[in-house]
Amino acid sequence: MLLVLLCGLAAAMALALMLGQSFTPPGQVLRVLAGEDVPGASFTVGQLRLPRTLLSVLAGFSFGLGGAAFQIMLRNPLASPDIIGVSAGSAAAAVWGIVFMSLEGPALSALSVAAGLSVALLIYALSFKGGVTGSRLILVGIGVSAMINSFISYALTQAPSWDLQEALRWLTGSVNGARLGQSGFLALSLLVFGALILGRRRDLEALRMGDDLAAALGVRVGLTRLSVILGAVGMIAVATATTGPIAFVAFLSGPIAARIVGPNGSILIPAMLVGGGLVLGGDLVGQFALPSRYPVGVVTGALGAPFLIYLIIRANRTGASL
Amino acid sequence: MTVAERQRVRPVSGREGWRAAALLALAAAVVILCLVSVATGTRSVGWVDIRAGIGGATETIGQAAVAARVPRTLLAALVGAALGLSGTILQGVTRNPLADPGILGINNGAGLAVVIGLAWFGMSADSSFVWVAILGAGMTAVFVYAIGSLGRGAATPLKLALAGAATAVAFSSLTMAVVLPRSDISGGALGWQIGGVGGATFERIELVLPFLLAGCVIGMLSARKLNMLALGDEVAAGLGERVALARGMAALGAVMLCGAATAACGPIAFVGLMVPHAGRLVFGVDHRWLLPCSALAGAALLIGADVIGRLVARPSELDVGIVTAFLGAPFFIWIVRRHRVREL
Repeated sequence: MLLVLLCGLAAAMALALMLGQSFTPPGQVLRVLAGEDVPGASFTVGQLRLPRTLLSVLAGFSFGLGGAAFQIMLRNPLASPDIIGVSAGSAAAAVWGIVFMSLEGPALSALSVAAGLSVALLIYALSFKGGVTGSRLILVGIGVSAMINSFISYALTQAPSWDLQEALRWLTGSVNGARLGQSGFLALSLLVFGALILGRRRDLEALRMGDDLAAALGVRVGLTRLSVILGAVGMIAVATATTGPIAFVAFLSGPIAARIVGPNGSILIPAMLVGGGLVLGGDLVGQFALPSRYPVGVVTGALGAPFLIYLIIRANRTGASL
Repeated sequence: MTVAERQRVRPVSGREGWRAAALLALAAAVVILCLVSVATGTRSVGWVDIRAGIGGATETIGQAAVAARVPRTLLAALVGAALGLSGTILQGVTRNPLADPGILGINNGAGLAVVIGLAWFGMSADSSFVWVAILGAGMTAVFVYAIGSLGRGAATPLKLALAGAATAVAFSSLTMAVVLPRSDISGGALGWQIGGVGGATFERIELVLPFLLAGCVIGMLSARKLNMLALGDEVAAGLGERVALARGMAALGAVMLCGAATAACGPIAFVGLMVPHAGRLVFGVDHRWLLPCSALAGAALLIGADVIGRLVARPSELDVGIVTAFLGAPFFIWIVRRHRVREL
């Protein structure tokens, strides 16, 4: 199954490199990738499409892996970081930076990552009352994110109109104007924070059975939860700082991966691949398939509502739990 | 009955007069807050101008400022009452201490419906806003409740809150998808993301007033039914209450109230959450008292929040939706921390 997902992702990447205002044949793409100087194609493929494709895939990896880790940890497919507000902090900080401090580049990323981590820790601390239960974490997260969202709206009303369009576009999430350096940074963060999650992979899977049972099996529940939160929020915050909060990728990747893998396998790595595919595919659709060009976040966001409806229909038919 | 038990019971029967007094005090507080709201703002005005301005005179700048604050205060009072009432009804219907039109995403649904109307149906008449917003609110309420009751067990507060949050995110990104390529409506549509009572006029109030009144009447009429529902579905049915009908009627009232409120001034969260909790502390759980109290307390809260918004950000102002979010989110977290989660 992993192999199929990998092949699908590779095919989508190849497609993304070939498609554009003008079609570039596969041979030319390969020559550009090999480092040759091809007139015409070197710029469009090497400078425009390659950074964009890499950024899409890496951002999707971060959202997918982080989201799935949260869903497994909290045992609820609706409890992904974007819904319960864990990643709202980085969005708010970035909007603040754009609107009030005219920041961009690394400074904006640093601010956004710092804010994302501190808001996540704040949520964790607020839900601590002789230990943290998953459901309290979810509810506190919803409360905090409501406050942060109203803060974002306030920043938007204060924005001068030339910043407003930029801030709005950023808030929906887009991979426009990608540069190779961004991808390198994202890959690094994926490596560091991914190690935090994947290093605790067995313990995380054990949490599926419930906190008490996992603890009885010798899993250190608190430690596992904290390192998963750190890892997931870290990678999502870095990705958010680069592309904006691409809506619903963190939310959708896990459940889609679970459908593909079936009930027995681990969904962490598949969810990561699915996330990459979602962002890449969403960006392709947003660029070429619709009457006007949309940023990728609009396309993935529009997928969210139908998915919720699908959950209802499926549960009604089978009477199953979510 | 032991002496201790009798002492515990007696205050309950003797509480009616005390409750009435509390209700009167609340009404007085609303009146005082109205006066404060008319008197304060970016421009300081003297007593003479205030009295003349309330009478409708607009000869000096001060009088004009006061005259502009009157409809605004009235709108804040009406919308606050509507939101407080609908929050109490929703909490009663779902038997869920976290229900609130904002948390459940109902306000976002109303906003999305309005934006869609603006973008594709060339909606421009103000009167159609109200219908569309109420329709959106109603559909969203049903949708969220359907997702929230998925899976094993009934709609627990946790599942409902999550369903509401997910729906809110989904709807606001749909709103964004509609708005982004249309720069002509993006300014107006942004106004639908935060609630504010600035720029209120009597015409706008007249538009939503019938809906607010109808919702209010339906809500008040369902007070007894809500008391029945609070006993649990089986007991209520055993006492001869038609549970589904009672629930549907009360919910209809709540949806009309919060839909019309959203149509009048955009999504305002947390008023419907805070008011019932505060009300239950003072008035107990009897909805015949709780509902009027919620209306008054909601009005007081929203007028107060509007005054705060005008004072903290002088010379500009904060929209009231932002103030209520910053007051309400800590309150929400406090409720979550206070209850043991299994009870929630």
